Amino acid sequence: MRSQSRITFYLLLTPLVLWLGLLIIIPHIDMLLISLRERISFGVYETSLAQYEKALTEPLYLRTFWRTAVMSVLATALTLLIAFPVSYYIAKMAKGRLQQVLFLLCLIPFYVSELVRTFGWMILLRETGLVSNLLQWMGLVDRPVEMLYTDATMMVGLVYTSMLFMVVPLVTTLESLDDSVIEAGYDLGGSGLSVLREIIIPHAMPGIVSGCIVVFMLSLGNYLTPTMLGGKDSLWFTEMIYNQFIVRSNWELGAAFGFMLLVLSSVIVWGMLWLTGRTLKETMG
Amino acid sequence: MIPTIPQSRSFRILYGGYVALFFLYLALPLTVVAVFAFNDSQFPSLPWEGFTWNWFFGAERPQIGVFHERGILRSVGTSAFVALCVAVMSVCVGTTNAFLFNRYEFRGKGFLYVLMLLPLVIPGIVLGISVLVFSSTLANGVWDMAQIDIQALRPGLLLVILGQFSFITTIATLVISARLQKFDRTLEEAALNLGADRLTAVRTITLPFLAPAMIGAVVVAFLMSFENFNTTLMLVGSDAPLTIAMFDRLKEGSTPLLNAVSLLLMLGSSLLALMLILFQKRG
Repeated sequence: MRSQSRITFYLLLTPLVLWLGLLIIIPHIDMLLISLRERISFGVYETSLAQYEKALTEPLYLRTFWRTAVMSVLATALTLLIAFPVSYYIAKMAKGRLQQVLFLLCLIPFYVSELVRTFGWMILLRETGLVSNLLQWMGLVDRPVEMLYTDATMMVGLVYTSMLFMVVPLVTTLESLDDSVIEAGYDLGGSGLSVLREIIIPHAMPGIVSGCIVVFMLSLGNYLTPTMLGGKDSLWFTEMIYNQFIVRSNWELGAAFGFMLLVLSSVIVWGMLWLTGRTLKETMG
Repeated sequence: MIPTIPQSRSFRILYGGYVALFFLYLALPLTVVAVFAFNDSQFPSLPWEGFTWNWFFGAERPQIGVFHERGILRSVGTSAFVALCVAVMSVCVGTTNAFLFNRYEFRGKGFLYVLMLLPLVIPGIVLGISVLVFSSTLANGVWDMAQIDIQALRPGLLLVILGQFSFITTIATLVISARLQKFDRTLEEAALNLGADRLTAVRTITLPFLAPAMIGAVVVAFLMSFENFNTTLMLVGSDAPLTIAMFDRLKEGSTPLLNAVSLLLMLGSSLLALMLILFQKRG
């Protein structure tokens, strides 16, 4: 490199290194270090695995941890199942103006804050809400029904919040599939199901993987939906992190929880990438 | 529809019905929020008590409208300030990143690129606590050494800005990189041949080419910052941005005031999003 180009190179490298170093890497190392210490007395700390021991032996913590993981996987699967036919419809069945309008309709809620979307579900599902009133009016129930604060409601909310992050990559990959390939599948005697399994899904795999990763991450890290729709027993891991940090000021245990969440999400994301033989760079970049 | 593929009529109707149902599911919560902003009642729920503008313009208790509610207005200001800072910072760093990854080959490039992508797969709340923990370690260190208390390192707007910046920069980098990859390097070389120095060539040729992507990244970063909740929640001090202020009110019990704020938010962000889409179609 010529000397001028070398200077430019370092000038361009500096912001990247400062950003990643000061805001991503060092803070996470610091968080790990905090999670590895135990308070002996006022201002005196000792390095130990006590926080992790606490997190792994207390049944409530452990249960919440696994519950969050399982529910997030479930939410991801549900989102994929619901989004796939819709994405296929937008990418392959709708044409011209209708296609554009449908895609735009999918994007608009994506720009509306999560709080507003969750709030909408509360208005619909609470005891005095719309659905409860509708059911009474139809004569299906004879008193107000409370539909908030259950796992099913929370699932509806989780799927709703992250739906668009599944639809967009799916539509993009499905659009790139040539119609004639699908036709060829039928010409060769394939049935609807076998064409779906042998042609459409393999082609859509990149979109499926990136959609699943994003949706899983969003569900796992979601705080609003489980707190607002899941009620007292929602037991979401981010809620416990918040409680340890802000309510109890127990940063050591909170940091350990944070690190566990980070490990969990990394393991599942890398697992998905490994299973499908893709890299993070291809999927996200 | 792919015309050559036979599908039974009932299948098509069933499929169409499913898609219609999906869009109903998508639209329902937002519609309900919007409609109840006009309900002349203390609660955003049935029965419908009649139409009113009070939740926007009302000046008297109990129906104080958005435009007379100081707390909400202040938090909108806070959010806008934070979002502006985050947008400008992340687009600046995003642009330098894009140039770095597009123009230079160096050892560790692939590693740095993956590192750059990582903030996308770290849960927002974990990003928040790690920044919180590190800044307080710094603040405590400075206090122990020099007995100076740096307020800026305690939860507050600076931390909120840094926390949001930490992951929005990745998105800005991706948006700008995508456009830079389409740039024809020979144009820049032509400028150099005509006697421009490198900086002038970049300023007059490359940056104008990148402008649509940079403006797009500003808008996306602004919207993402404005709506961010998870990271902000962990870093917020006494000045709450809008999402946090609304969350606090929602916990106490909601009035149609929140619907009115939500409706304005929806209108604002849809407008920005539409502008962005139209703008990118032209560019």
